[in-house]
Amino acid sequence: MDIVIIGLLLGGTYALMAMGLQLQYGVARIMNLANGEILIAGAFSTFWFYSATKASPLLALFLVAPAAFVLNWAIYRILIYPLVRRAKSQGKLEVDSILATFGISFIAVGVLLAIFGGQYLDYSYLSRPIFIFGERYGLNRVVAFLAAAALCTALYLWLHKTRAGLALRAVSVNPSASGLVAINVAQTSALAFALGGAVTAVGGGLLSMFLTFDVSLGVVFTLKALVIVILGGVGDIRGTIVASFILGFAETAVATLIDPGLTLAAAYILFMIVLLVRPEGLFGRRTA
Amino acid sequence: MLSPAITEALTAAAVTKRFGGLVAVDNMSFKLAEREVLGLIGPNGSGKTTMMNLISGALKPTSGEISVYGEAVTGRGASNVARKGIARTFQLVRMLPTMTALENVAAGGVFGHARRWGKELDDYAHALLERVGLPNAASAPISALTYIDQKRVELARALASDPKILLLDEWLAGLNLTELKIGITLIERLRSEGCTIIIVEHVMHAIRSLCDRCIVMNSGAKIAEGTPAEVLADHGVIRAYLGDENA
Amino acid sequence: MKRFTLSAAEGRGLVISALLFAAAALVPLIADGYPLQIGISIVMYTALATSWLLFSGPTNYIALSTAAFFGIGMYTAAGGIDLVPYPVLIAAAGIAGAALAAVVGLATLRVSGVYFVIFSLGLAELVRQVMTWLQHVLGTMSGLYVTIERSEPMYYWQLLLLAAVIFLVGWRIGRSRLGFALRIIGNDELVAVHCGINTARAKVVLFIISSTFASIAGALVAPRWGYVEPVVAFSPFVSFQVVIMALLGGTHRLWGPLLGVIPFVLVWELIAVYFPNQTTLLLGVCFLLIVYVIPNGLIGLVEDAMNRRRKHAAGPAAALPIDISANASAQPAVTADKK
Repeated sequence: MDIVIIGLLLGGTYALMAMGLQLQYGVARIMNLANGEILIAGAFSTFWFYSATKASPLLALFLVAPAAFVLNWAIYRILIYPLVRRAKSQGKLEVDSILATFGISFIAVGVLLAIFGGQYLDYSYLSRPIFIFGERYGLNRVVAFLAAAALCTALYLWLHKTRAGLALRAVSVNPSASGLVAINVAQTSALAFALGGAVTAVGGGLLSMFLTFDVSLGVVFTLKALVIVILGGVGDIRGTIVASFILGFAETAVATLIDPGLTLAAAYILFMIVLLVRPEGLFGRRTA
Repeated sequence: MLSPAITEALTAAAVTKRFGGLVAVDNMSFKLAEREVLGLIGPNGSGKTTMMNLISGALKPTSGEISVYGEAVTGRGASNVARKGIARTFQLVRMLPTMTALENVAAGGVFGHARRWGKELDDYAHALLERVGLPNAASAPISALTYIDQKRVELARALASDPKILLLDEWLAGLNLTELKIGITLIERLRSEGCTIIIVEHVMHAIRSLCDRCIVMNSGAKIAEGTPAEVLADHGVIRAYLGDENA
Repeated sequence: MKRFTLSAAEGRGLVISALLFAAAALVPLIADGYPLQIGISIVMYTALATSWLLFSGPTNYIALSTAAFFGIGMYTAAGGIDLVPYPVLIAAAGIAGAALAAVVGLATLRVSGVYFVIFSLGLAELVRQVMTWLQHVLGTMSGLYVTIERSEPMYYWQLLLLAAVIFLVGWRIGRSRLGFALRIIGNDELVAVHCGINTARAKVVLFIISSTFASIAGALVAPRWGYVEPVVAFSPFVSFQVVIMALLGGTHRLWGPLLGVIPFVLVWELIAVYFPNQTTLLLGVCFLLIVYVIPNGLIGLVEDAMNRRRKHAAGPAAALPIDISANASAQPAVTADKK
């Protein structure tokens, strides 16, 4: 039973980082391999804030989110947009953006190493137990989950109830048609990319409340986010949320029942299943 | 009705294709005889190209059967269908941009219905380029060719596989008057050589002069079948193209 | 271009390549110590980058998984070093790599290329995790001692031989139906399918060939440092450096990676000496430089320069579209819409 609960708590928090990637890949159409590094940066910044001020890490997120937004906006405008302009096809853009974001991820790791060193970061905040169904769970996990759930709901409502959100969803379905109905695709893509980065960074901050981080973990998180987005279906938020829970659960099950060092294997098994059974994902649009 | 002496090259039986709630092809059934040139016409959005995609294997029918010379090819995938002897051109011409014209033509003749290689392939590709009217183009990079010439290369590529059935998807689209004459002459020559062809076209005088028989589609379904003259005089067809007032 | 006999130009190319390999083989006779080590690096990375190119060149699918196969080869050799004669080990390493490539290829190469790239990204890490876990379950240590004595020149010649084999295989494939099929796939996969090509199978076969060579390379260098452990054998740096070197040289010619390997290895040695703590950062900068400044590699730069000189020499008439039809058409060139 506790596998289920822990899995759900983990999955809910993963949902944020996957949402970030979903916005960047589904709307801006950039396969951002630096996604994990943004998450790590968010985690480290939150840790630094907590160490410096001893105030709740949740407050740190109010600083992390706008900082990440601005940083990702800059990355899109300066580094990504030239590639979008020069790409002759979607395929070429994908290759270029993969390589470019890959390069950015290395630079990010290098910068983080220079600032924070190679240490593991770990802090205890709210690591008191809370009782659910008679079993004890870390309060920090529950709080992280609740915060993530609140944010995901807010994001979902924003996407579906506001004009800006509508523009984002339109671009994710058909960029050229969106242009024809007077949506500024470039601006919307930049917004989506920046917003995605902010969401991912906040996800990192929340995860830092109960996971141990070091600078080299970025790749693993990038992969998990990618698997979630692919499993759920590119371009569909509901899919992302459902898939996050599936991954959280699968990972916890593998870690508890087989070996804690095999979390990536759990993600890959899901990946293989998706590729073999339903490549467009759970909620994805199948291209005829 | 086909007399028993004529072989059926292609049979479509109750072929339907749905995209979610949209029915793109609705219960289409027809037969194509060997050496026949069949025109598939209809207003825009009537499902003609979808039908071509179903025949070439690029799409899988939601229901129904397609067979080539009696052998079922439904849902077998485009590469298998190509190997059975169906070749096509595309509505928007698809060239292999980093290769020369000769290589583009040769590409059709290696893996499909006809499998040639080496000198044989080289000679055959050269001969095909001559046949479509491009005797000096062999080593030209594709980007240097005009649009009609690229279409000719695409036609040669389709012919390179010695196809049993040739699918021409709006092959005459986008051509000016001079080029149109050249194009129609080419297809006429193929027809006189005995090729079995399905043509999707909007150019009506081409349909009249090239096709033995026509099928008219509207909203995915067949609304008329017969000789071009019969079909183009049919009230239902005129209504479909031009609206009620003109019928 | 399909050719039924060796053309003069191709024959010349083969002879030159053979001479270059022969010259390269003489290196250990005149160099030793540090220069020879650099030579070994160069030869090893040439082998890895060229075998990477065999698959990723024509298909444009960026494989980030070299380390996974390199590591498996290394581990197979290290694991069996006391049990089985060396040549059998090399074969076993190749088979292990081929098996993994077959599984990965069959799973990922039937859908869009992006999924393949993502899958390959974490593959080395995944294999490392699984190997560590297996070792844990079997009760053995993660690290393996490899106690074969082999001289540095021996490593050099073995790797050089591997590189030569890879070049030969690459050249043969380029002239074969498989190579033609892959070029067509890389140009337009829809056309490839309609030409009767089984695109999935072609891609998988080539991926297997490419990865098997990477595994063999790993097996050849397994004994070099006496001790093999997962973190080193599956180091993602191997994957990324191979990609950079191949892209730097140019992915449209078989000898492109070689052009990228030599300068990169030399520059990287300098970096390792002067900036040992910024290697990750600089690797990222290299990626960005290549994407933004030299997207077609050094070969691309050279060929662009040559094209510009040729156009300049031919005069303004060379810029017009070629009129080669029997009936002269007056239309200017219109590039057809691809994709």
